[in-house]
This record gives sequence, structure tokens and C-alpha cells, in this order.
Amino acid sequence: MTDIAQTIDAANKEAVRRILSSEPVLIGVVRASEALPRLKAGTILHAGPPISWERMCGPMRGAVTGIAVFEGWASDLDDAERKAAAGAFTFEPNHHYDCVGPMTGMTTSSQMLMVVQNKTFGNLAYCAINEGLGKVMRFGGNDREVLDRIRWLTDVLGPALDAAIKDMGGIPLKAVIARGLTMGDEMHQRNVACSSLLLRQLAPALARTAKDNETLAKCLTFIGANDQFFLNVAMAMGKAMTDPARGIAGSSMVTAMCRNGTDFGIRVSGTGDQWFTAPVEMPKGLYFPGYSEADANPDMGDSAIVETIGLGGFAMGAAPAVVGFIGAGNASEAAVFTRAMGEICLADNPEWTIPSMDYKGVPTGIDIRLVVETGLMPTINTGVAHKKPGVGQVGAGVVKAPRGCFEQALVAFAATMGVKA
Amino acid sequence: MSVVVNEVRRGFYLDSVALMRMSRGIVARNGVEEAGMMMGTPANKRIMADAGVLNATGEAAQPGDLVIALRACDQLCADDAMAEARSVLDKPRGNSGATGESGQWTPRTIRAAHAQMPDANLALISVPGAFAAAEGRKALNRGINVLMFSDNVPVVDEVELKQLARERGLLMMGPDCGTAIINGVPLGFANVVPRGDVGIVGASGTGIQEVSCLLAQHGLGISHALGTGGRDLKADVGGITMLMGIELLDADAATRHIVIISKPPADSVARVVLERVGQSVKPFTVCFIGVTDMAMPANATLAPTLERAAQLASGANAVPDPRSALSAKGKHVRGLFAGGTMCAEVQVVFRDAGLKCVSNVAIPGVGEFDGNWRQHALIDLGDDDYTAGRPHPMIEPAVRDEPLLAALKDADVGVVLIDFVLGFGAHADPAGHLVAALGARGVGGTVIVASVTGTEADPQRRSSQVRILEAAGIIVAPSNASAARIAVQLVRD
Repeated sequence: MTDIAQTIDAANKEAVRRILSSEPVLIGVVRASEALPRLKAGTILHAGPPISWERMCGPMRGAVTGIAVFEGWASDLDDAERKAAAGAFTFEPNHHYDCVGPMTGMTTSSQMLMVVQNKTFGNLAYCAINEGLGKVMRFGGNDREVLDRIRWLTDVLGPALDAAIKDMGGIPLKAVIARGLTMGDEMHQRNVACSSLLLRQLAPALARTAKDNETLAKCLTFIGANDQFFLNVAMAMGKAMTDPARGIAGSSMVTAMCRNGTDFGIRVSGTGDQWFTAPVEMPKGLYFPGYSEADANPDMGDSAIVETIGLGGFAMGAAPAVVGFIGAGNASEAAVFTRAMGEICLADNPEWTIPSMDYKGVPTGIDIRLVVETGLMPTINTGVAHKKPGVGQVGAGVVKAPRGCFEQALVAFAATMGVKA
Repeated sequence: MSVVVNEVRRGFYLDSVALMRMSRGIVARNGVEEAGMMMGTPANKRIMADAGVLNATGEAAQPGDLVIALRACDQLCADDAMAEARSVLDKPRGNSGATGESGQWTPRTIRAAHAQMPDANLALISVPGAFAAAEGRKALNRGINVLMFSDNVPVVDEVELKQLARERGLLMMGPDCGTAIINGVPLGFANVVPRGDVGIVGASGTGIQEVSCLLAQHGLGISHALGTGGRDLKADVGGITMLMGIELLDADAATRHIVIISKPPADSVARVVLERVGQSVKPFTVCFIGVTDMAMPANATLAPTLERAAQLASGANAVPDPRSALSAKGKHVRGLFAGGTMCAEVQVVFRDAGLKCVSNVAIPGVGEFDGNWRQHALIDLGDDDYTAGRPHPMIEPAVRDEPLLAALKDADVGVVLIDFVLGFGAHADPAGHLVAALGARGVGGTVIVASVTGTEADPQRRSSQVRILEAAGIIVAPSNASAARIAVQLVRD
């Protein structure tokens, strides 16, 4: 084997070790302005790689105007749109602030963010609280109902959760994931088991710390009614687990995948914080009654961070129910997705295993070399937003990461190894 | 005095059924009295305490932690069992393939295939030539021997691959290796021949097929047949695989006699190969097709043809060629071959019989085919000129239809010589195809002489192919060389 191949193998081994040795713990809920001193008023963090207002898709624009009104930076949605077009707001990716956000992924200073600490490395990662299903800001919803819900998350649920989590001394997440996989979750499209497991742990602490019974009941009802509540926890966990693997010279492992509804972006350990982008693809899947692919917005969100740590589309074998839902074929074909992703990953995670696949570990650590070599693109499970601002979710499906990102990344990575393309 | 050993893995969750299965394996080990692998919940810890396997280490485990607890007859057995428990936990699981999953997954890379079958030690690589060397390197770097079926691989890559293989003690068969039989397993184009004590190393796939099939006719079998690829004995490759193949068969207790098959090698390579042959105590048959005069080591005999090589290796006597009652009307022989080495062997017979012929793959002493059909023309239809963008005639016999019908219409052609190669990889019914192509006109006034390389155990079954040909009025010779001699006889008469 050549020296370069040995260097890369050693660097990738270290990158995988950092992911697998992570101990992510949900430690609390905190106001963004306190957690992220760099995040100023007027700055809006969004999902995916960097993007300007001009290039934003409909739902992203809808969310931007909604959050601007929520923050009081605009009097109404029209005002927010004018201001955004005039350059009144600063747009930056969540990833530049230790954050992630699903779909449009709006993060601003007064929101409450869940905090996951990676106890092994000490780093923190943040994600807003999941808003539930239906008309929500992450799908571009921005009317009064949507903003009122975010207000309630900020004023009531966030502080209540924080108190409960702190009362428990934090909630270790790895074991929750391990059990969730055995219960049919893949932590992207399906979080019903993990949401329940989390609520089961939280409920006594919430009861102990809640201001009053009515607040407690509302909090329990909200979490209990939201099958995707755990998604945002899993995302913050994914970010907390992949960040320590960034910037390892010689590592060809992917440290982030995300989409802003216009571009798909990846980061690779050995090329540091550089984004490699290509146009996002359209998800393939099933649509709610009354909607079709013609209504769909291209792929969006930071949620592909869960695929980056071996969950979501990579753990499809654990979640036959998801395969049915996304119309990808027979439930028994779920394992094929996981096997395919195993071809482009550096390791199996021995702690996150899939019972129906003889306890095979979820494939972990995407190697850009293997992606380009095999032509097997990472499979991402995703929700589908309406392309018009304010409408919300219209379906769900799977989407492939675009090949272009990985080819560009490989060329840039080769250059860091002194190899010319 | 029993010893209790506990170990705790923090935050390591596995389903209880999987853990119970693992525990059972630990309990079954020598000297282990009791063992449990459980999550550290209060209820589980009580069970383990009651079973007398828990100590303070395990007692301190949290519900999210995995406890490995065991009691053994002494420290040695306990340590051994704990090491086993660790390795069972750390072993990659569920990579045994797609058993039980209705959606089967076929690995896309050598890396993934090797993960699925970790003890595999040979990769058969058949990808377009431009990509073959990269795949070959991947296999060799994993410690896997290679049979490279791909052709059109640059010779510099071949040299590099073979040098890498030699450094790692691996066999690099090919590029352009069409045939091998290893431990009785046929790879590429190969026939179902009995296992026996004759080993073959060949730079020619059809050469290996003809010799192994003739040996089978003589009642002998093959220990291993190793392919080298057609360029191995050229000066720039230097016979690396040939030498390693001889080495392996020389050391193989099951191999009594070794046959070497190649086109005439470069002088420098012939010298090295024969020197290595001379170091062996085993008898060798050396077939450098067409070479009739070359100094051999004492333990080696030179065979100018494949047929002769099979006779020497088996000790069988030459059988007289069948006499044909037919006579040739036209003056010339038209040879239309699927196997390049068959074409070469026929040229040897013609040349050594003093009959002037030409070929598109001319051997030394034979003229290059120049487009003039009014002479004895022996054409290899598997040559690149004929196969560019088309399948090889061994796979698709239709490639031969047009030149065959042209030859039958040509009054100048008295005899058409053709070869059939059976076995794995070959067409399912080449004889039937030929007869169908002849159609109602049949062989007409032309004599067709054929050889059929194959065995009774081949999927096509040699005797039934022969019957189809004979029923159509085609003469079937016992070997390719014999067919050539019959043709020579017919045009001389």
C-alpha cells in the first residue's frame, strides 16, 4: 500500500474513533443569545451551506420573513420581505455556530435551543425544539399560529425542559438511540420510539420541576403528540458527535451533509471547514392527499447530520415501516439500503445495531473516496416542503446526495495530499 | 476456588436476546461455571448477584451500562472467558451476507465483498481494461490472489501488478487470463475435467482447455491449472506468473507432472523458465506452441503441439487419425477458429507438414494473411480485428456464420477447418448453432472438419455436440491437431 493510502487510512481511523467514542448527553435548553454570544440581533441562521436571500427557495424565504416578525425585526411579513431583500439581515449557516436546524432551520437570538454536550470531547451543539407536524416554520410556515407556537416553545416548554433535564443531571443519548433502533426508529423519518423513550425519562422530572399542573399537562401533551420530537435532539447529537472529527489532516470522512433548499453542501474532515456544494435534488416519496411532486420543494435542512453518523437512510434496515412510508418498496428491502450505505462507510457502529440484520452495526463515517468509486450516493430520509412559502409539509421521501459535492471534495482533498487531479 | 470477574461497558446497549445468546457461548467455555451479559438495571443486577457472578465492579454499573459478569474455576479460565466476551461484543455483526433478507445485496466493491467473505483468497476481476489494474491493486493490497479476465490492460500495469503480487507472495493470473482450474473449481472459460495429478501453467486459455480435455480423454485429471495471461512470457513481463505457478505446482504434493503452455517466449524468458524447470525433480512437458527445437533440461520434454503435450503428460500413444471417405473439391483450406491457440496449433501442423499457409495470427515460419483468400488461410476470429465491439466467438458463435458461408460458396475452398470449445462460459450449443446457420444448403460440396474441445461432464456434453455435427455431415476429429492433419491429407490427396 502506498504511503498516501496509509496516511488516509490512519486519519480515517482516528476520525471514526472520534465519532464512535463520543458520549453525547442532552444537558439542557438555553436561550440562543446566551449560548452563542456571536449570534447578534439581525442575524438569521439557516439550514444548509451559505446562501443569499436572492437564491433562497420559497419555504426558506417564508421562514425568514416569519422569524423576522417573531423577533420583532419587521412589523409584518411584507415588511420582513422588503428588509430581507434590502440586505437588512445577515444570513449564515447554522453549522457556523455549532447549530443545526431541520428543513429551513431558522435559528435566531431569542429562541430556546436544546444543548447536547459530547462528554468525551467537551464540545456543545445546539438545535431548536421541534415544532410538531403540520403547518410549521421549518416547512416555511409563517402565520400567526406558527409564530405563537414558537413563542410558547420559547417562553414555556424550553424553560420547563431545561429544568427537568438539569434535574436529571442530563440525559445520555447513545443508549436511547440503541434502543430506538431495536424499536423501529431510524431517527430521521421515524422517531416515535425515541420520542417515547425520552418522554418516559423526562416525565417524572418534568412533574417535579414544572411550575404548575396545567403547564406540566401542556408540556407532556405537546411532546407526547409529536412523533418527531426526538429528531431535533438526534440532530444536535449528530452535530456534537461529528464536530470533534473536523479538521483531521488526511481524513476523507464526511463531517457534515446539509441542504438549504437550493444547494446541497458537505464538509470533509481533511479539508476543514470548506463547503462543497451542488444543486439539491428532488426527494422521491409519497405525498399527502391533494399534493404531488409538482408542489414539492427541493431537498432542505441540516437533518442529514443524522445520516452523517449512520442513522436515517443509513439505518433504514432498522425501520421497515419507513421503507413502506416512503414508497421505496417492500419492507424487507429496508436492509438493502443499509447494506448499500455500508459500501461507502468506514465502519459499523458496534453499539448501534439492527436486530433484523443479525445485529449489524449501522454504517458510520462516509468516505468520499468510496462514494466516488462506487457511485453509491448517500441516501437521506427526508420530509418534503411545499415550494410556496407558508404552506408547510406536503409529503416525505428519500433523496440522494448529489454526486458533484463528492467529486469536488475528492479533488480538493487530493490536493491536500499533494495529489493533482 | 472459584473466581468472579466483572467488566462494565459504559453506555453500551444491546438487545437482551442478543446478549443472552452471547452469554450462552461464554458459559459453554471450558472452566466457566456461570456467566451473564446484561444491562445494569437493578433487576438484572439482582439476577446476576443471585447467580453468584456479580462483584463490586458490576454492582456499580448504571442501567445504561452493559455488565459482563462471570464465575470460573480459576483466574486463567476467567480471563480467557472475559477475552472471549470482549471479542464477541466487538466482532462486526451481521456481515455474513444477505441471508434471510429478501432484498439481496450484491457487494459493489472488493472491499465490501471481502468484508462479506473475509476468508476469500481469490478475486476474479472482469471489468473494462482501463479500470482493471486499479481493481487488481485493491485485491492484491488486501492479500487476495487475482485472476484478471479483463484484457486491454496496458503492459506497464501488468508488470506493476505482477511485481506487487510477487512481493506479497500472491498469484497474479492475467490480465487476459481466460482459464484456470483451482482446487477443482473452474474459473473463466474452463471444462469439467476430473481431478488428478497433472498440473498446468498456461499463457493460453484455450491451450489449457485443449490439453486438460485431451488428458481427460486419456483418463487423467488436473491438480490445478493456472493461467498467466498471454503476455507473461514476453521480455517486459519476464514470466513472473509462470515462474510463480511452477513454484506452486512444484511444491504441491498432489501434482506429479507439470505441463507448461505458451506461445514461443522471449529467449531471455525461456532461459529463466527452463532453468527453474531444471531445478525441479518432477517431470515437465514444455509446449511452446510451434517450437520444435530447443534445448530442454533433463526432466523436461518439448511438445510442439497441445496434442503432443497431452500425450507426453499422460504417456498415451498417438492414435491414428480417422480416415475420411470424402474428398476435397477445392484446392485450399480455410480455417475459421474461435480459439487463437487452436489456430496456432493448426499452423504448426501445416508448417511441419511442409504446407504453405497464411494466418492473421501467424506463428514463426508462417506468412501473414494479406487479404488474398486463394491460399490456405487460417483465421483466428477471436482476434481483436474481428471482435472489436462484438462478443468473442466462443461466447457468440454467430461471429463465424458470415465467413463460414462465404467459404462454403467459394469453389476454391476444399476444406473448412473449425474448432468448437465447450465448457463454462462458452455458448450453450455451438454445434446446433452451426448446423442451423448452414440451413438447408448443408455443407454442400465442401468438406468441413471440426474439433470439439470438451468433456462428457461439460454442460454442453461433448458427445452430443459431436453427434449434432456428424449428423450434418461434418467430420469430427479427436483433437484440434488431428483435425489439421485430416485437412492436410484431404487437400494433398
